[in-house]
Amino acid sequence: MTQYEAIIGLEIHAEMLTNSKMFCGCSAAYASAPEPNTYICPVCTGLPGAMPVVNKKAVELATLVGLALNCTINEHNTFARKNYYYPDLPKGYQISQYELPIASKGYLDIDTPSPLAPLPKGEGNDDSLRPAGEGSGMRVTIRRAHIEEDTAKLAHEKNSALVDFNRAGVPLLEIVTEPDMRTVEAALDYATKIRAILRYLGVNTGDMETGVLRFEANISVRPVGSEELRTRTEIKNLNSFRALTRASAYEIERQIKVYENGGIIVQETLGWDDVREVTVSQRGKEDAHDYRYFPEPDLPPLRLDRAWIESIRAQLPELPEAKTQRFVTQFELKEKEARFLTSEKALADYFEGVVSKSKSPAKTVHSWIAGEFMRYINDASMDVKDVPVAPESFAKLIDMITDKTIGASAGKTILTELFTNGGDPAQIVKEKNLAQVSDEGFILEVVTKILNDNPKEVEQYLAGKETILQWMMGQIARTTKGKADPNVARELLLKLLEERRK
Amino acid sequence: MTQTIDTKTVKHVAALARLGITDEEAEKFSGQFSAIIEYFNMLNEVDTDNVPPASDIANAENILREDDVQPSMNREEFFKNAPKTERGYVKVPTVLGDE
Amino acid sequence: MQLHNLTIRAASEMLASKKISSVELTQATLQRAHEVDSKIQAYVTIADDVALEQAKQADERIAKGENITPLTGIPFSMKDAISTRGVRTTCSSKILENYVPQYNATVTDKLADAGAVLIGKTNMDEFGMGSSCENSGLFNTRNPWDLDRVPGGSSGGAAASMSAGLCNFAIGEDTGGSVRMPAGFCNVTGIKPTYGRVSRYGLIALASSFDSIGPMTRDAYDCATVLQYIAGHDPKDSTSYKIQVTNYHENINKPVKGMKLGIPKEYFVAGMEVGVESSIQEAIRTYEKLGMEVHEVSLPHTKYALPVYYLLLFAEASSNLARFDGTRFGLSVSKDAKDVVDIYLQTRHEGFGDEVKRRIMLGAYALSAGYYDAYYLKAQKVRTLLRQDFENAFNSVDVLLAPTCPTTAFKLGEKTSDPLEMYLSDIYVVATNPAGVPGLALPCGFSNNMPVGMQLIGKHLDEQTLFQVGHAYQQVTDWHKQNPGNR
Ligand SMILES: [Mg+2]
Ligand SMILES: [Zn+2]
Repeated sequence: MTQYEAIIGLEIHAEMLTNSKMFCGCSAAYASAPEPNTYICPVCTGLPGAMPVVNKKAVELATLVGLALNCTINEHNTFARKNYYYPDLPKGYQISQYELPIASKGYLDIDTPSPLAPLPKGEGNDDSLRPAGEGSGMRVTIRRAHIEEDTAKLAHEKNSALVDFNRAGVPLLEIVTEPDMRTVEAALDYATKIRAILRYLGVNTGDMETGVLRFEANISVRPVGSEELRTRTEIKNLNSFRALTRASAYEIERQIKVYENGGIIVQETLGWDDVREVTVSQRGKEDAHDYRYFPEPDLPPLRLDRAWIESIRAQLPELPEAKTQRFVTQFELKEKEARFLTSEKALADYFEGVVSKSKSPAKTVHSWIAGEFMRYINDASMDVKDVPVAPESFAKLIDMITDKTIGASAGKTILTELFTNGGDPAQIVKEKNLAQVSDEGFILEVVTKILNDNPKEVEQYLAGKETILQWMMGQIARTTKGKADPNVARELLLKLLEERRK
Repeated sequence: MTQTIDTKTVKHVAALARLGITDEEAEKFSGQFSAIIEYFNMLNEVDTDNVPPASDIANAENILREDDVQPSMNREEFFKNAPKTERGYVKVPTVLGDE
Repeated sequence: MQLHNLTIRAASEMLASKKISSVELTQATLQRAHEVDSKIQAYVTIADDVALEQAKQADERIAKGENITPLTGIPFSMKDAISTRGVRTTCSSKILENYVPQYNATVTDKLADAGAVLIGKTNMDEFGMGSSCENSGLFNTRNPWDLDRVPGGSSGGAAASMSAGLCNFAIGEDTGGSVRMPAGFCNVTGIKPTYGRVSRYGLIALASSFDSIGPMTRDAYDCATVLQYIAGHDPKDSTSYKIQVTNYHENINKPVKGMKLGIPKEYFVAGMEVGVESSIQEAIRTYEKLGMEVHEVSLPHTKYALPVYYLLLFAEASSNLARFDGTRFGLSVSKDAKDVVDIYLQTRHEGFGDEVKRRIMLGAYALSAGYYDAYYLKAQKVRTLLRQDFENAFNSVDVLLAPTCPTTAFKLGEKTSDPLEMYLSDIYVVATNPAGVPGLALPCGFSNNMPVGMQLIGKHLDEQTLFQVGHAYQQVTDWHKQNPGNR
């Protein structure tokens, strides 16, 4: 049977976090609008005679993303009209960029190795550009990134549709890759990394369920070893990572089946049916749109000067990849550990905040954050940036565990207390009497009582059932509310049991 | 380049422009379009090999707006001109297909 | 002199000296409009209430001596393509027949700030697409000089409102001659300013890269006055010049002696009406007498101006007019609409006239896959050459002189059957728009008892020189003082 490989390219539409819309002064915060059609004006509802004016902040954010994705920022770039009719497009055209986008030819390195060399021939795609270390990942070429305006929101009713123009004109950045990816894993890796970068840059919240970030996948397949580019299909409006992966995987399988059965793939636009988990045809090539692009006569070209671009570059924060490498060297973390912490800027910042206030090793801080901390916020579906526990408090808590003031289980109790009621960890230890006791006299008393109260278990242990020891440790912890230093307790327990054996 | 614009082409561009068109109209426009396009083809005489297109006529300056929110217009004012509205939305007939 | 033929200057002096109030002047104008306009049909809407309210406010300003401009209290008409809040703005199209804008164009605001009094909105070719006003989707406007003839277009209603004495100045709009051509047909002075000199915000767009709002007046001096108050940068129009507006009256009385007048030879070709040509030659001699040096110059790509202009206009217009889809404003036809597309098709079929449909379709054609390079892009390249023609000419002369039309006003119905022939009547006025340069139209004689117009074309942003040269001519001629009532 023929082995196939997939050829995947991704387009991402990301709303940019500005106060006002792309071409008018209406608020861009449509998600929190009090009512439909309240953030509207002649410009964003396409009234006759209204004219667009470019939002400076949107240009800055687009430039920032372009630079983060190693793109060339085109000093001279222009707006264009993309003409088509749809009730969510008030002017009958979308102001976008076409021939001269703001950013072109960049790249993003991902960790998922490209299983199959070589990369498709094309500019910026030669193998020498791959990141160092064979099999360590691959480089996805960014073809372009351009600015455009979002459409209105349509609600489909039984025999009608309702239009809300609050979203119309919100700035979007469309980021387009070359068809460089060969697996669904690579596509997911790329999508995840792009989302993280947009969040790092403060350009987009990454809240995919609200539609601020939307993916489109271009997919074709070909026999392994072949260099041809076969007909591709385009899956639109993938609004979650799950949809992206499921739809891509489905479409790859579908195309392979078609070829295996001697069929041909037709160029078409597909939608993803989330319920039935199948791709569905929306439009064939024969009704492909003729968008009649032409330069937007209402907007002069943008001319960005070098110095201005450099001033934007200076605003670039440390990006996930660089931060990961720094965490590995600076905090002696494993790459996987560092990558977890840097997956979100807020988490990385929190981690660094705790480390800087703590005397404990960074490893310990990592294991508390990756463990108890994450468990808590996941259970509470809390965002890292909303965590009420100051890094100082968390650092204090971890340090008390390190210096054995409290035990690990008391630590968990205190963390919960900090999350729910706040306060000072040391104070909580005092109030709840959670300080760890290493005093042998006190622990000896507890151990002796437990052995006396449970003669049957002692017998079983002495008969060779060593797992009983763990049960006994649990009894000690319960009786002392976790305050007994487990090392001391264990030593005494073993000692007393040996004495009873005699 | 000489081309006539047949009724099929007329109907195609009418569809692109979302203009309803009857067969008689298509017939009439077809003749007119052919004459007009023929006249436009005189541009082929001009050598434009090294001539840049003049897309921006005047003010080649950057015109950018600060990202400040301005008051929006009143919805009821907007709706005064709208043929159909419902519950704060503009209402249109069923929308089929994608954009 | 009768009230309805006053220049702005004369009316303003009467208001200042309290010989008349703005309310009186406005009432007289409104009364005349209601009487005379049944024959001319220059106005689509006469805004009695707005006019009287604005006149009252103007009188208050004058009484207090506050905030008075040369336009305070002066009645004017506005082309119906320019948005007026609360006053119907139709573009003379059925698709906008009942459309009342929720906002003002910048020009509307500026004139209101200056204290001018809006009498009404004037008829035009639908969306500005035409050269005779016969393409109005509402009704024809007649030439006050001969009711069987057209007033020209597309600002035909504006030109007619001036020559019929239905206002003291008119605001027109010139995309490819639409101020200058009808000004010539109706014996009115009018300017197409440099593209970008007057804000387009609120002007219902025809061709965004050509559209230029400009005044029509009784003479060049008044024209400078009005332009002074409507020109300037507008943060809402990104294509408006940021450069400060010059004082248009500063040089207006300076002699033109020694200045260089260019005569583009391509504008004097076969086909020109004899009386038009002789009037133009007479005007050239007048300038020679005033001491101007006359030079023949060449604008070698003139022949291509018409296809360049129309191709680009069609393309831009097809996109600009996409928003008229029956869903948010204007006409909405939805007989048994099964789908939103039915509303689009039916509304646009019923709402647009044939000329609009032609241009929208040809624009879609010129931009469509496979034709973009041959038509749209080619036209943009030749447009560069047209601009260079003017730049080269202005290296050797200060101003160019040419007719506004090969003929005088033609009869209604004479050119309606052949769209291409109608396009050809714009042959002398279209080139300035793709080039962006300003043009001032002035009355310069009569041919078969109909007015003849000439235009002075200037460098980018050099309206000042046009007014100076135009005013010099009007100091020694009285063509501009002729009106259908006194001739
Ligand atoms: Mg897009
Ligand atoms: Zn808006």
